[in-house]
Amino acid sequence: MEISNINIIDVLPGMFLVSASLIAMISISIRRNHKLIFGVTSISLLGVFVYLIIYASNHKFNVEPLFVIDGFGTFITGLIVMSALAVSLLSYAYFEQREERKEEYYILLLLATLGSAMLVISKHFVSLFLGLEILSISLYSMVAYLRKRPRSDEAGLKYLIMAAFSSAFLLFGMALVYDVTGTMDFNGLSQYMVSIDQLPVVMLTGLGLMIVGVGFKLGVVPFHMWTPDVYEGAPAPVTAFIATISKGGMIVLLVRFFTAVNGFHYPVLVLSFTVIAMASMLIGNLLAIRQDNVKRILAYSSIAHMGYILVAFLAGGELGKEAVSFYMVAYFLTNIGAFGVIAILSDQDRDAERIEDYQGLFWKHPKIATVFTAMLLSLAGIPLTAGFVGKFYLIASGAKSQLWWLIIVLAASSVIGLYYYIKIIAVMFDKAKGSEALSLRPRLYLINLITLVVLSVLMVFYGVYPQGLIERIREFLQ
Amino acid sequence: MTLLLFIIVLMVGGLLAWVVSQWSNLLSRWISLVALMLDLILGIIIWMQDYSGAIDTWITKYSHAWIPSFGISFSLALDGLSLLMLLLTFFLGIFAVLISWNEIKERVGFFHFNLLWVLAGITGVFLTMDLFLFYFFWEVMLIPMYFLIGIWGHENRRYAAFKFFIFTQASGLLMLLAILGLYFIHGNQTGTYTFDYFQLLGTTFTAGTGLLLMLGFLAAFVVKLPVVPFHTWLPDAHSQAPTAGSLILAGLLLKTGAYGLIRFVIPLFPGAAHEIAPWAMLLGVIGILYGASLAFGQTDLKRLVAYTSVSHMGFVILGVFAFNQLAMQGVVMQMITHGISTGALFILAGVLYERIHTRDITAMGGFWNKAPFMGTVALVFVLASLGLPGLGNFVAEFLTLIGTWQSSPVLTIFATIGIVFATAYSLRIMQKVFLGKPTSDKAVSDLSLREKIILIPLVVSIIWLGLFPQPIFNTVKQIIANQFTTEQITPISTSENGDK
Repeated sequence: MEISNINIIDVLPGMFLVSASLIAMISISIRRNHKLIFGVTSISLLGVFVYLIIYASNHKFNVEPLFVIDGFGTFITGLIVMSALAVSLLSYAYFEQREERKEEYYILLLLATLGSAMLVISKHFVSLFLGLEILSISLYSMVAYLRKRPRSDEAGLKYLIMAAFSSAFLLFGMALVYDVTGTMDFNGLSQYMVSIDQLPVVMLTGLGLMIVGVGFKLGVVPFHMWTPDVYEGAPAPVTAFIATISKGGMIVLLVRFFTAVNGFHYPVLVLSFTVIAMASMLIGNLLAIRQDNVKRILAYSSIAHMGYILVAFLAGGELGKEAVSFYMVAYFLTNIGAFGVIAILSDQDRDAERIEDYQGLFWKHPKIATVFTAMLLSLAGIPLTAGFVGKFYLIASGAKSQLWWLIIVLAASSVIGLYYYIKIIAVMFDKAKGSEALSLRPRLYLINLITLVVLSVLMVFYGVYPQGLIERIREFLQ
Repeated sequence: MTLLLFIIVLMVGGLLAWVVSQWSNLLSRWISLVALMLDLILGIIIWMQDYSGAIDTWITKYSHAWIPSFGISFSLALDGLSLLMLLLTFFLGIFAVLISWNEIKERVGFFHFNLLWVLAGITGVFLTMDLFLFYFFWEVMLIPMYFLIGIWGHENRRYAAFKFFIFTQASGLLMLLAILGLYFIHGNQTGTYTFDYFQLLGTTFTAGTGLLLMLGFLAAFVVKLPVVPFHTWLPDAHSQAPTAGSLILAGLLLKTGAYGLIRFVIPLFPGAAHEIAPWAMLLGVIGILYGASLAFGQTDLKRLVAYTSVSHMGFVILGVFAFNQLAMQGVVMQMITHGISTGALFILAGVLYERIHTRDITAMGGFWNKAPFMGTVALVFVLASLGLPGLGNFVAEFLTLIGTWQSSPVLTIFATIGIVFATAYSLRIMQKVFLGKPTSDKAVSDLSLREKIILIPLVVSIIWLGLFPQPIFNTVKQIIANQFTTEQITPISTSENGDK
């Protein structure tokens, strides 16, 4: 494995992100300028996306031994990069209103994106762990970025401890697996696993510990405890980032790993993921009902949504992969949109997270309320939205693999989920009567509004005419 | 193409009504009215055409690929049954706009947007021949209805809207699972994965799967219809909705459940449907009696009318599962006449509410002297509701009962007792509201011109349906005849009927 074997073009997206963050860092040392940094970030993210579209589609090769670049990875990388762009567009106005130093945030954003993009294409424990740590370490500081807010600090610390803990689990699990198999490469692992009849206990323990580590990152039940607190404390755009990009990378990795080692052969693994999926769907939705903080509601909803995605993951096969991809597009669009609305409504003192902040929103800011309603309906999986087609895709993949219990739980828990989505919508449509003293006074930025409109138009478009996206996904997955 | 036009006119009209309300509320009312009239005229033109020469029962079809990778197409088709339902939709839709003319003063544009989109969803449900699209429209009618109840409803609107939404959505998801099950079973059998109704019709199942899938479909329809014990959302939703909302709920939304039974449950799962028929009929009879006795006990006028719907819809499920032509004709008639008569009763309740601001019938009484015209109109619909010969409902219930006699005399006797109950609660409305001593000295003015314009056509149509029901039967004759080619009292052996 000599470095010179690697064609530089192949790993360009990563290089691009690294150099963008370097440029950002240098420019800060020369002169602090929020606009400039923001511009550099957006342009480099856009650049990566354009590169992916033009050169990388239908490109398949391995960068031995660490990375595999295939259609699936490329597609999700593109999704991640575009989502990071949307998050940075939303962040600009959000941080512009706040007095903290804004510029370093973008470096962290770029690095976190890089980490997630690495996860998506890794096929080796080393690259997996590297990607994960780049992602996590950037996120620690992003979560705690608003130093003047105590809860932001608290959330940052909590995330740091939890994520470090889960990394330790993951690392220990990897070590055990390595001990048994003598390889860290996914393909090597699969060769080993094919060669034996029954998994040794140590290996099983290792895989179990890895599931714990991965479960923490995904925030699925029973490893979900950190999610609501971190979602609540982190600045709204960062929450959007955690909910989408950081979890998305992990999902893809999970799919890749599971497919590589053919985990469907091992009832123990399938059973544990089935239990996790069911528990996440049910508990996530049930706990969300009791919340009256919008960020916490969305946190529990994201726990449930991870459970939904696991259904398609367990369904496996081509349809399962397609369903995961489609659902991730829908989920990313919707969640970034929803947190975008929270970000846009937040003012200097606090984020718009209390449910009272939304009282009568439809009559005060009809456009924002319409966007939020659309996003919530998409999360609930109501027709005309991408969320509906996504959920349909998930159920279809589950039905094809005859996972009837899982999809029945999915359907039942979506009904529970309806309750709290509708609750927020009902509040928005209620007549305004919140006290003026408490109400937020956000400054609305055009750039935010445009981002939100674009997100919702895309969301509705994919809901009404999903064919284009489906074809695209199939093209990439071939 | 005309079929697509039906939906597009409503959707575009709704958007337009919303947009123009910034400048003029009146304009958005007129736009809604014109959109519905256009559709009604279009529907009547199709009705007037002579299509008896057509080879099959489908008057016209429209199909366009939508999501081909899943075998989903935007496929619409119109037969006599859908046509009648569409005419009812637009007919009642016009009155829904007219009755809201003075009642709705806030957010008029958004109101009409929701109104027209509910109607568009209903239109879609009655037209679509693709199961995925069916589920899509089934859901599309929910959200606007939720807003209609939740924003413009009465005091307890949020609770009612929630309950309505969650009941219908939960049952709808079961239907989605069943649709997907059907999709994959058909796909595995034939190799073509499609949601197309016509292709799915011939699917065969093992008894167990067929029953499970049918129960999935049934879940959605019996909640919507509603069949006791799945009816608890209905009294809340009906009594809390604004008048136009109640009109649409009672007149149209319930009919989508009945339509679903006739269009999907029976043809797709003939075997399983025969299997559960006795139970379904039993539930129907329970609904008739239970709804009627609860209606008698209500003091809230709208709630009372809502429970009469539960009772009347019992006849629908009773008739559908009797499996013969007469009963089916009765069911179709019941769907139309119940829509008109119950809709009119809700309109009257709304008219009264506008005048005295209460729905409590103990606070009413002696209105006949003050508002004789209103009293007369109410009398017509109350008599229709109790099944007086000469009015449409009589024809419907009579046919249903004759039909069910052939398959279950015992249940028919009990159902007939329900009509006696109906007499009791119907006359009680008259007694409490219009006759008796005046309990309040509030001024109750008689119907205004606008209200007359709404109610007189309804009176005319209910009498017309009672005296000359033949045009209705002619329109659906072929469809019903196709479903029941032989005398169908023996179950299971007739399962090949689904092929047609």
